[in-house]
Amino acid sequence: MGKSKKIMFIMRKAPYGTIYPFEGLESVLIMGAYEQDISLLFIDDGVYTLRKGMDTSALGIKNFSPTFKALEGYDINKLYIDKDSLDIRGMTLDDLVVQPELVDEEMIPELIEEQDVVIPF
Amino acid sequence: MRNMLHIINRSPFYTKTVDTVLKFSKKGSPILLIEDAAAAAAAGSALCEAKLGNIMRDHPIYALKEDLEARGVHKVIEGIKVIDYAGFVELVEKYNTCSWA
Repeated sequence: MGKSKKIMFIMRKAPYGTIYPFEGLESVLIMGAYEQDISLLFIDDGVYTLRKGMDTSALGIKNFSPTFKALEGYDINKLYIDKDSLDIRGMTLDDLVVQPELVDEEMIPELIEEQDVVIPF
Repeated sequence: MRNMLHIINRSPFYTKTVDTVLKFSKKGSPILLIEDAAAAAAAGSALCEAKLGNIMRDHPIYALKEDLEARGVHKVIEGIKVIDYAGFVELVEKYNTCSWA
């Protein structure tokens, strides 16, 4: 296999209303099998996918938030979250199932542009 | 390092992708409006002209000719560069891409 690529997945939609965040997470797990340099960035409504205490049983669909905690097991450790997106939704890191690195609008463009591939969901 | 080409495919009246891209893209990185985003390239909307004009100070903006034509857009906001499919291919060859869903 050639040199690994820097691949960033951007989660920017709320969970359950659309299939986007679920598909994004599935893609992350698939790519995790290929030993690439994977990172995840949570912006806009994507921060809602990480809220603690989800119970989707009445909706009859899978609560996928615990899967974010399993990413470490796939050697996916680079998680970032936009501080503004959290702030504006009245949330902090304490509200989340995982603890991504807080980043801001100065750092995020740099993170995005240093990637070989960026895949927003 | 190559700049990133940011591709937007929704109108700013439907999603806030245009704002997100402005906030999270590096100055100088090009932006391409395709599909429904092409509708917002039309001259005449004060909101679109303000929004895209603001972006154009730091980013070149392109719009896809085929999508403009399909939507009856014959006059684009001043400063937007119109490219066709061949031009799209040239941009993709030149830059890494980030296609905002």
